[in-house]
Amino acid sequence: METLLDVEDLWVKFPSRQGVFDAVRGVSFTLGRERLGIVGESGSGKSMTGRAILRLIRSPGIVEATQISLGGDDLMKKTEKEMRAVRGKRISMVMQDPKFSLNPVMTIGAQIIEAYRQHNKVSHADAYAKALEMLEAVSIRDAERVMRAYPHEMSGGMGQRIMIAMMLIPNPEILIADEPTSALDVSVQRQVLDIMDKLVKDRGMGLIFISHDLNLVADFCDRVLIMYAGRIVEICKADKLNEAKHPYTRGLLNSLPRLDAPRDHLEVLKRDPAWSEAPSVSGRV
Amino acid sequence: MSMLEIEKLNVWFGHGRDRVDAVKDASFTVARGESFGLVGESGSGKSTILRAISGLAPLWSGRMVVDGLALGKVRPKTFYKTVQMVFQDPYASLHPRHSVDQVLGETLQLHGFKDIDARVVKLLDDVGLGQKFRFRYPHQLSGGQRQRVAIARALAPQPALLLLDEPTSALDVSVQAEILNLLVDLRREHALTYVMVSHDLSVVGHMCERLAVMKGGEIVEVMGVDTLRRMEAKHPYSQSLLAASV
Repeated sequence: METLLDVEDLWVKFPSRQGVFDAVRGVSFTLGRERLGIVGESGSGKSMTGRAILRLIRSPGIVEATQISLGGDDLMKKTEKEMRAVRGKRISMVMQDPKFSLNPVMTIGAQIIEAYRQHNKVSHADAYAKALEMLEAVSIRDAERVMRAYPHEMSGGMGQRIMIAMMLIPNPEILIADEPTSALDVSVQRQVLDIMDKLVKDRGMGLIFISHDLNLVADFCDRVLIMYAGRIVEICKADKLNEAKHPYTRGLLNSLPRLDAPRDHLEVLKRDPAWSEAPSVSGRV
Repeated sequence: MSMLEIEKLNVWFGHGRDRVDAVKDASFTVARGESFGLVGESGSGKSTILRAISGLAPLWSGRMVVDGLALGKVRPKTFYKTVQMVFQDPYASLHPRHSVDQVLGETLQLHGFKDIDARVVKLLDDVGLGQKFRFRYPHQLSGGQRQRVAIARALAPQPALLLLDEPTSALDVSVQAEILNLLVDLRREHALTYVMVSHDLSVVGHMCERLAVMKGGEIVEVMGVDTLRRMEAKHPYSQSLLAASV
């Protein structure tokens, strides 16, 4: 499989008064044209990994890596100015909550057009046509009305689809989705995932899907990295998640209530300090 | 005798052309000691029912009877001793500048208890926190610990009916399991009645004996949890909800 992204020995550190806090500790993985899931609890460093790839972590945070190679270019060696050509154009990111990622005082249309023209020298009319086309691609009915609307007039599911449309217009090689459906209802969740899945497949993109929802990831991704305390503790094929061996993964799976297997008490995760000491498993292929 | 009777409940917000009917003609009863679930997507009115029961939604019509007491505009003090609520977001439901001791102590004082010191100790033990958390502030607690404090506060007046509004949806799955176990144990120990709102069918399936499925402000189906487990929901909307969550 062709490798789009190669991350080797990634560390994210935050100096504090109590010493340096390591949010991500030596994570390595590669991404091909596939759907790669990253799961873990809050504080496991999964979002930080996504942000570090785009170099979005600001001082005093420190990102260190042997390499973050995007098709042969080392992102770690790029200047801020050069990074701007990568963000959006080659790697896009969809954040958790559409409420906070859309500009509340700009119409949806103006925002999508702005995003498109940032990377492409085209006329306003062409950009408008392209924006309409993208909104229709993410199954938004009545796209012309939506173009004129403001973000507060949109529901959560629609907002998230608009974000996805905006991120996909420049046709990036990689899409990083950080909990794209956590703020949405179960019924809408499916819809958004199906759209994302279709676009990723049609365009042959690589997808990094960050989530805390094990079942969702098992359903949706090809390969899953399980993170604990800043390290990768286990990697498995998504359809084999039920055969996962690491006690942490097993614990997470068992702590979910299940409709088909009722019981009096749910299993509670017992944390073993050895899990956070064990070296990170490499996710490189 | 049933703990809670809701008959033809309507709840609305706004006036005139801005009027939104959040709950339309909802009726259900909850027996003493039962655990009843309300499920549906966001905007279906499930939380609004809880808010109407607890008195947080002032515009309503219909009949609500809690423990034999028909509710009107003004509620007697005994009502607040009988009914307590736990909210969704533990980060937003605790006063950031009050310590755990103040939160619990104030509640106990308002309800006229005398032996506050001993009761705070007992409450913290009940929710599995212990004494070392007594003088901490919310920012020194994790999400799960905060939710335990919120539950302890709800238990302080020794209520009979506990309204749970998505008590675990802001928490990680591993912490969710701990809180759900705690709620199961507390119900048994204190003979509580629960009305629980959740968008997660498997959580409601774990916690409740009966549940109502809501859509667009109306209750479309009331069923037992066995029916849910056998996937035998009758209404097409409940079927689609079931299909989406398995």
